[in-house]
Amino acid sequence: MNLVSVAWKEICHRRSSLVSGLIAITLGIAVIVGIRTVTKASEHAVAVKLDSLGANVLVLPQGATVDDYHTADIDAPTFPEEYVERMISSALLGVENISPKLTRRIKIDDTKVVLTGILPDNEVASKPTWQIEGNITPEHNCAGDIGQNADPRLKREVIETLCEDECLVGVDAATRLGVQAGGTLEVEGTKLSVSKILPATGTVDDDRVFMHLHVMQELLGIGSQVSAIEVMGCCSAISDGLLSKLRNVLPDTRVTGIAQIVSTQIETNRMMDRISWGVLLLVLLIGGLSIGNTMWANVNRRRREIGVLRMLGASRSRIIGMLMLKAVVLGVAGGFFGYVLGTVFVVGMGPGTLGLNVGVLPGWFLISLGLATAVALIGSLLPAYLASQFDPSTNMQEL
Amino acid sequence: MLLTTENLCKRYERNEVAVDALLNVAIGIPEGAFVTVTGPSGSGKTTLLLTLAGLLTPTAGRIQFRDTELTALTDAKLAAFRRDHMGFVMQNFSLVPYLSARENVALPIALGRKVGKDQLQRADQLLDRVGLADRAAHLPRELSAGQQQRVAIARSLANEPDLVLADEPTGNLDPRLARDILDLLEALNGDGMTILMVTHSPEAAARGTQRVHLERGQIVEVAQPTA
Repeated sequence: MNLVSVAWKEICHRRSSLVSGLIAITLGIAVIVGIRTVTKASEHAVAVKLDSLGANVLVLPQGATVDDYHTADIDAPTFPEEYVERMISSALLGVENISPKLTRRIKIDDTKVVLTGILPDNEVASKPTWQIEGNITPEHNCAGDIGQNADPRLKREVIETLCEDECLVGVDAATRLGVQAGGTLEVEGTKLSVSKILPATGTVDDDRVFMHLHVMQELLGIGSQVSAIEVMGCCSAISDGLLSKLRNVLPDTRVTGIAQIVSTQIETNRMMDRISWGVLLLVLLIGGLSIGNTMWANVNRRRREIGVLRMLGASRSRIIGMLMLKAVVLGVAGGFFGYVLGTVFVVGMGPGTLGLNVGVLPGWFLISLGLATAVALIGSLLPAYLASQFDPSTNMQEL
Repeated sequence: MLLTTENLCKRYERNEVAVDALLNVAIGIPEGAFVTVTGPSGSGKTTLLLTLAGLLTPTAGRIQFRDTELTALTDAKLAAFRRDHMGFVMQNFSLVPYLSARENVALPIALGRKVGKDQLQRADQLLDRVGLADRAAHLPRELSAGQQQRVAIARSLANEPDLVLADEPTGNLDPRLARDILDLLEALNGDGMTILMVTHSPEAAARGTQRVHLERGQIVEVAQPTA
């Protein structure tokens, strides 16, 4: 027998008196877990939405406009491709993919088209319709914090195997040029085989011809220059100031975000995040008070017993320790039940009520246990201290 | 002497009214004695016992337990001293309701952090000594008043104390059970255990080898009956 077993027996003996405290802490943790789970699911949903938009940050030469980039004028300004390396070496958090591009309007068989040079390893086929069989890389996960719950839609396809003598042709450009997959196109005197006609995306890409960036630079004789760098930034990183950080890394460029559409939702997520922490504080306060009240009622009921323990030689610190042991048991139980209740509730209600696919947050299991135990310990501190100060001679004589 | 007191005083003050529960008490408890303390209600008997145990802080005076001055110890040291050197038998038995008889007896050992099977074996031995070997697994509510007091006596011996302090140990028992308990205490004393027993009962007091009579917080008589 040891004091842990004595504390456990006391809990079992008076379990009904602990129910109110246990319920309070269970509900508190359930609320916290529920809110955090929904918040994470919402962030995940935003990440999916952002991902569907493709690259969300555009780096342009200083003085260039987005129109310049799209119209691909012959005189459109460029900047060194070396900027890509500069971005990579700066190791900015939240930069998921970097895709340098060179665009120029050229003539192919007297037909004006926009030729776009891309680096196959970097090019994000962000448009969902760019499905190139056999050319799909391992996943690039935007929402890195969603771990095992990653939505398969977050897997981005990257063109890996566009050879130097190949090109991809947008559907509209293919119609105008009269080419099909497997055919050839002569670009600035060089024949390129058409490896794929890209499906319609409803964007300017439909009227473009894509080829290897370095081959294009050589053909056009413009050195290692690019017109733009498309960046796939993680949604939370964008709201955390990724654009300004990029501007610091590349001061002589123009960095624009093209993900305004989701910025409101990101802000909503941030607000929800803040609210969840606010609720957390509130729940901790209420839970702590409730546990404190339960423990105070318990020690008052045990006045005589505490007096007996003091008589038998338990020091004040030992009395506090025994009561704290009880608080730990209460906290662990409350944390466990709260996690299960909160998770089951939001996962069950999520799709129907919230319109979200809510996943389980395994990491919050230990957090729930720790949080509930900490609340129980803090809430029990004062009652335990007061119990240790009970006058044993008075309590022993109380019948 | 096992325990001596000098000018021991205990004053209660409530609502600006002061009551001297003990006034200049000087008592000496020899090793192996069976001291009984009698006196009318409010004479300070229980206060004397609780003060000697360190459960009440004296207003003045000193308590010497062999080489240790109890009145100079900190609360934690006093608790440890009480655990290691004193046993208690109270009128209301003071058993922990959710622990079995065996666990109640082992509790003082557990408080000393001596964890292991030995403590339960020792508890079984002590229960056997008080005639309750077959009730070791019973909770206090499953035992009669006399049996509960026997468990309390067994518990008082758990840490092999030097002194057993008994406060009206027969107060809640019928005469036959009271006699059994007194016989048991007497037998313990016969084995060399020093006992200080507070009692109202003349019959119980007569068992003592040294009888102390208190009135209004003062010792008015110390008798040492001839064998």
